[in-house]
Order: sequence, then structure tokens, then C-alpha cells
Amino acid sequence: MIEPTPIFLTLELAFLTTIILFFLAIPVARWLSLNKNIFKTITEVVVSLPLVLPPTVIGFYLLLAFSPSHSFGKFLENYFDIRLAFSFGGLLIGSVIYSLPFMVHPILSGLTSLPSSLEEASLSLGKSKTQTLFNVLLPNIKPSILTAIVLTFAHTIGEFGVVLMIGGNIPGKTNVASIAVYDEVEALNYHDANMYATFLIGISVTILFLLYFSNRKLQEVKIL
Amino acid sequence: MTHFSLQKMLHAADGPLKLNVNCDIEDGAFISLYGPSGAGKTSLLRMLAGFMKPDNGMIKVNDEVWFDSENKINLVSQKRVVGFVFQDYALFPNMNVEENILYALTKNDSKKIIEELLELTALTGLRNKKIQMLSGGQQQRVALARALARRPKLLLLDEPLSAIDNEMRSNLQQTLLSIHSHYKVTSIIVSHDINEIVKLTSKTIHLQNGIIERYAPSSEIFSDQSGKINSLKGFFLSVEKNEINYVAVILVGQQLVKINCDEEDTRNLQKGDEIEISFKGAPAFFRKL
Repeated sequence: MIEPTPIFLTLELAFLTTIILFFLAIPVARWLSLNKNIFKTITEVVVSLPLVLPPTVIGFYLLLAFSPSHSFGKFLENYFDIRLAFSFGGLLIGSVIYSLPFMVHPILSGLTSLPSSLEEASLSLGKSKTQTLFNVLLPNIKPSILTAIVLTFAHTIGEFGVVLMIGGNIPGKTNVASIAVYDEVEALNYHDANMYATFLIGISVTILFLLYFSNRKLQEVKIL
Repeated sequence: MTHFSLQKMLHAADGPLKLNVNCDIEDGAFISLYGPSGAGKTSLLRMLAGFMKPDNGMIKVNDEVWFDSENKINLVSQKRVVGFVFQDYALFPNMNVEENILYALTKNDSKKIIEELLELTALTGLRNKKIQMLSGGQQQRVALARALARRPKLLLLDEPLSAIDNEMRSNLQQTLLSIHSHYKVTSIIVSHDINEIVKLTSKTIHLQNGIIERYAPSSEIFSDQSGKINSLKGFFLSVEKNEINYVAVILVGQQLVKINCDEEDTRNLQKGDEIEISFKGAPAFFRKL
């Protein structure tokens, strides 16, 4: 039987990344949907960068930043006694950055697809912009939010490059399932590699199936 | 009294346009905003609602200043107590009929007005219906009820009936009239429909190229036009010959009209040509436009 910790680590990492990104992406997407200036463009580039950069590049620079021999890493270690390189915390930060576009883009496109009269109607009824966001805008882009959550979760499960660069391969701490597959193959242990790989396929198929199934249900009631 | 004097550079499809308007509206009046597309009607309405910031000027409603460029006052929409009815209804699809109207109220407001509004707009039986289940006319009733729930000081209607079919439209015009006489809220409606304007409103602002061409009683503005021309515009369809003379079939508005005519007039007309029918002589005289 295979060691189950990599599977739990993978699920924990995906779960935490999704929660953090959900709360981070809503204000970012809202801000992007409201602005048209040069800062919007810059932010869009930064948010989308993980889509085009090789994960090893992001991993490499994060590793440098987290390293205690560089200023940011030294600062964290001296003042907070935190060492992010080769730790689960570092892995989490890397995942958040790497999966950022998968959470921001669906929410952003949901927000911009809503007619502007919806927001104006809410404002003219005496509601603040925040009330409008939570009571009117977000409830009417449920399919986009669901897509964002599921894609982020699934994408974090499939992560490899970033995780390998900043997590190393410490059993029980940073050895997630995708890395475990690689490890077992390196050790010519094809049976165990196959078990981890089957788990990854199973969970990915289940997640995507649930996404398309529930989005179909949601779209049936949506006419906008 | 509602007073506004506003200036704003607009960037319309056919180049820049300077909107420069100045107007006083008596309390409780129902007035219309009439003019060609691109004259600045919707922009004016949006500035009154606080959706668009004027370059210069002042908006004062019942002695309350909503906008004053000199003193840097610009109340946001939520502070203006304004009701806005959109052409696309802008109802919240995640709420049912009653919830849409309730949304306008704050926690401490009495819910009594909801019953009254549902009654006035004939929506009581539909209160728990999803917005998606309603017809266009019903949706616009909900939008109207919602806009009135806060008891606005100014009700702004941006072509509210233009997407609604004829029968439902005259029904809704009745609702608008009874609501206006019930709440006496100062209302401004943007409309292209002369029939609607004359039926609903006492005065009309005729906006053209960003300035107020005329501000006068609605019946006066439109009777002047029809008195002078003494003619109708329509589309030529065909010409028929009966025992005595020729009869032209013409589409005027939504109606087919048969008019005795001179066969010569119709010779160079083709089906679908836009024509003007003059009633100055008999038989009617046609001129190709």
C-alpha cells in the first residue's frame, strides 16, 4: 500500500490555496472591473503572468526571495522566526501566486458581463458599492464563481514545477502527490507511481464533472 | 422646485457634443424629455441620478443641493433619493418580485409601502415569482415599484416602455399615470413616442444638439408641428383600381390606410418607398421623400 500523506498534503494545499485566493481575488477582480487606467493593465499583466511563465521560473525567484541569505527571507527569519523555503507555508504562497489567474479571470469576466444598469439600479436604491457587490453582483455570477473555485482547486492539485522548486521533497511536509509520482518513477517503483497517478486522475475527473454538471444546472435558471 | 443648470462635454458616436441645459421643474410635475437620438437625453438623466458627473453646473431638488461644481458638492447616487427606471428594467435576477422591491428599503423602513406598491402596479399575485418568469411588461412594473419604494424626490424614466409591445404599453401608461397622481413625485420621462408624451406629461423639454430648444406644454409643442404640416408620412405598398378611381394602400405607423388618389402620382413609386401624403387638395397628393 502507498504512503497516504502526499495525498492529504495535496488536498490540504489545494483547499487552503482556494480559500485564500477566493478572498483575495474578489477585491482584485472588482477593482479590475471598475478601472481602465494604466495600473489596471499593469495588474492584469502581473495576474496573468503565471499563465505564460514556466512554473520553474516563479519557483526559482520565490526560492531566492524566501532564502535566509536574501533580504526578504532574512527579514522574515529575524523578525517573525519564519522560514518559508522548503516549508509548507512557502508552498502555499507559491500556489497562491501560481493559481491567481485561475481565480481572478472567471470572476472578472463574470463581473464585466453583468449589465452596468444592475449596479446603477442598486446605487440609486441607496445601497453602497460594497452592499451592491455582495447582494447584487456576486449572487448573479454564481456560475463564474463556481468555475473559479473549481479551476483553482484542480489547478493546485496539478501543480508540479513551483512545488518542486520551493518545496523540495520533504516527506510529510512538502511531498505532494504530483511529486510523489515523479519520485516513485525515479525509484522505478511503477506500482506506487501508478497509485498516486490514478488518484490524481480520479479526483481531476470528478471535480471537472461536478463543475460542468452544476454549471449546467445554474445556467438553466439564469436568463441574463 | 427642481432646478438644474448643467454643462458637460459628451463624446457621442458622431463626434463631441456640448450639453448645456438649464431648467426649472415645478414640484410634482410630470415632464418629458424629447429629441433625436444623440441629443443628450439619457446623459442628462444620468447626471441627475448621479451616474455621470457634469463638468460644471448645479442640481437642486427641493432646496437640497445634489451637485454644485463651484462648492465642490457632488452627492453620490445612494444619497440622492432618486428613482431610476431603466430601459432594460435592471431587475436583480437573484431575487423574486417582492425581494426586488424590498431591497430598496432599509431595516427601519415600514414595509407598508410594499403592499401599496404591489397593489398599484397589479403585482400582488406575482409577489413570489422569479423575475425570469415575468413578461417584459410585468418586469417593468416591478422596476417601477422598486424605484418608488424609497419615496424618491425625483423619478427618472429612461425610455421605460420602448421595449414593450403596444397593448401592454398603453396599459403601463395608465399605471404610470395613476402612480403619478398617487405619489405626486416630480417625474421626468425620456420618450420618442408623441402619443405617450401627450398622454402622460404636462410639459416637454425638447432637447436638440445638447441644448434645450423649447420647454413648453406638451400639447403645444406637438400641435404646432402637426398644424403646420397638414400631412402624414408613410410607406407606399400598392395601388388598386376600383370601378371609379385608383386607391393607394399605404402603411402609416402600424395601420394600413386606403386613400383615393391620382394614378399619375403613383407611377414612379415602388413598394416600400417612403412618402408624404398631403391633404391640402382632393384627391390626396403624394410626394416621394
